[in-house]
Amino acid sequence: MQSVISVQQLSKTYASGFQALRHIDLEIRKGEIFALLGPNGAGKTTLISIICGIVNPSEGKVLADGHDVVREYRAARSKIGLVPQELTTDAFETVWNTVSFSRGLFGKPANPAYIEKVLKDLSLWNKKDSRLRTLSGGMKRRVMIAKALSHEPQILFLDEPTAGVDVELRRDMWEMVRSLRETGVTIILTTHYIEEAEEMADRIGVISKGELILVEDKAELMNKLGRKQLTLHLQRPLQGVPPSLSDYALELSPDGNELVYTFDTQGDRTGIDVLLRKLGEAGIDFKDLQTSQSSLEDIFVSLVSERP
Amino acid sequence: MNFHAIRAIYHFEMARTWRTLLQSVISPVISTSLYFVVFGAAIGSRMTAINGVSYGAFIVPGLIMLSLLTQSISNASFGIYFPKFSGTIYEILSAPVSYIEIVAGYVGAAASKSIMLGLIILGTARLFVSFDIAHPLWMIAFLVLTGVTFSLFGFIIGIWADSFEKLQLVPLLIVTPLTFLGGSFYSIHMLPPIWQKVTLFNPVVYLVSGFRWSFYGVSDVSVGISMGMTLVFLALCLIAVWWMFRTGYRLKA
Repeated sequence: MQSVISVQQLSKTYASGFQALRHIDLEIRKGEIFALLGPNGAGKTTLISIICGIVNPSEGKVLADGHDVVREYRAARSKIGLVPQELTTDAFETVWNTVSFSRGLFGKPANPAYIEKVLKDLSLWNKKDSRLRTLSGGMKRRVMIAKALSHEPQILFLDEPTAGVDVELRRDMWEMVRSLRETGVTIILTTHYIEEAEEMADRIGVISKGELILVEDKAELMNKLGRKQLTLHLQRPLQGVPPSLSDYALELSPDGNELVYTFDTQGDRTGIDVLLRKLGEAGIDFKDLQTSQSSLEDIFVSLVSERP
Repeated sequence: MNFHAIRAIYHFEMARTWRTLLQSVISPVISTSLYFVVFGAAIGSRMTAINGVSYGAFIVPGLIMLSLLTQSISNASFGIYFPKFSGTIYEILSAPVSYIEIVAGYVGAAASKSIMLGLIILGTARLFVSFDIAHPLWMIAFLVLTGVTFSLFGFIIGIWADSFEKLQLVPLLIVTPLTFLGGSFYSIHMLPPIWQKVTLFNPVVYLVSGFRWSFYGVSDVSVGISMGMTLVFLALCLIAVWWMFRTGYRLKA
């Protein structure tokens, strides 16, 4: 698979001495939706800012579509659209002007038909002559996206696109991201909402304390994590797992009061029914049972908290 | 060269001028008219001619320079400071534009605006006093060079400033005194001998003197030196801007 963004041994130390990124290596594939997850202050925005040219890297390099983002910034940046996290807009400009301005800034000749299409796609067309300060937060977010798309970028960065956005707009935005991907645009989004990554992403990267601790296909990740556990609270403590149940890889809690059965949800047969029957045959009674599924969130939390 | 970007920035900045027409064009015209009423008509009529030029006519080039300097600085400094303040600078920094293009857009717009203003003041002045322009091409050259140079200077202040107070600090504490003491309202030969020497350290003296020469053919310092000093100041500003962008000073972390 061809990579459209290549981050090589990238580090960033701010003037205050704070090390925001440590030796990041990351390849983003052409045409994929890549979700970058991480807690606040993990370095997500710094990483995006370096790729987009807003922050200077301390070490390492980044190629965007084969162009070094520092030395060949012109070629690199003209491929990239950025929707930053904060809603920063020119309060007194109209929607139409601010989006047209962005297109010019990125070196593209005026194209009213294209701007019209972008505004219509984002349900902004009837607001095109409104001044930005009169718009709601959600509308401003749409304007930021329109600005980023105004120059027909091949790579789109969405930094926390759905933070503080209502459910409807979030659905709209997911829809928009998917249709952009259909046209071949590569999308990199950072998010706090793990369900968003679960819903949207092809691949997921987890960043914590400036280090990229995991990059994996979402499907694979969910497969690994798509495990369920059945916990049985027993009437009477057991000394050990009876030999008749040895096929099931059961775990007994140290006090002997709980039996834990881990199974794969992907399988056709989970084996629960047989297990319960065999427990009955073995004379093991239980007073309660519960099942739990590990979500991306659990894994994320354990990944991030594992690290000192 | 990304001409679309220069055009986009230039238009964006000029749109701000039209949007704030009242404060950006009308108020300097009104304040300049007041100068003429006070210094030209009321006090000027009791003053003797300087180097054969009536006092009312004598102050015209100085007054234009005064507005040109303060307007260039405030337009350009605000133009680049505001996006830094509001955060919209992210877009400029992430765009495929070189610093030359950014400067051309912002400084070009600020200079256009202040040059337009200078010409409007020139027209306004003509209503109060009669004067001829001896060297129109030199006059335009000084007007444009000074507008560009001080817009660059304003741009530097706008990048340097990290608060609205600082944005006002340099114009208020340095530029206004230098302009008033730069011979806008008097010939430096009217000063005591020691101050005639000290005042030569004031760059505004050269601008006003050269500009006045282009009107009346008389000057405090020779026009060649005036032009030379203007170019030196322009070069210093260009070097400062180049350094700021090269290091990312107050623009990039």
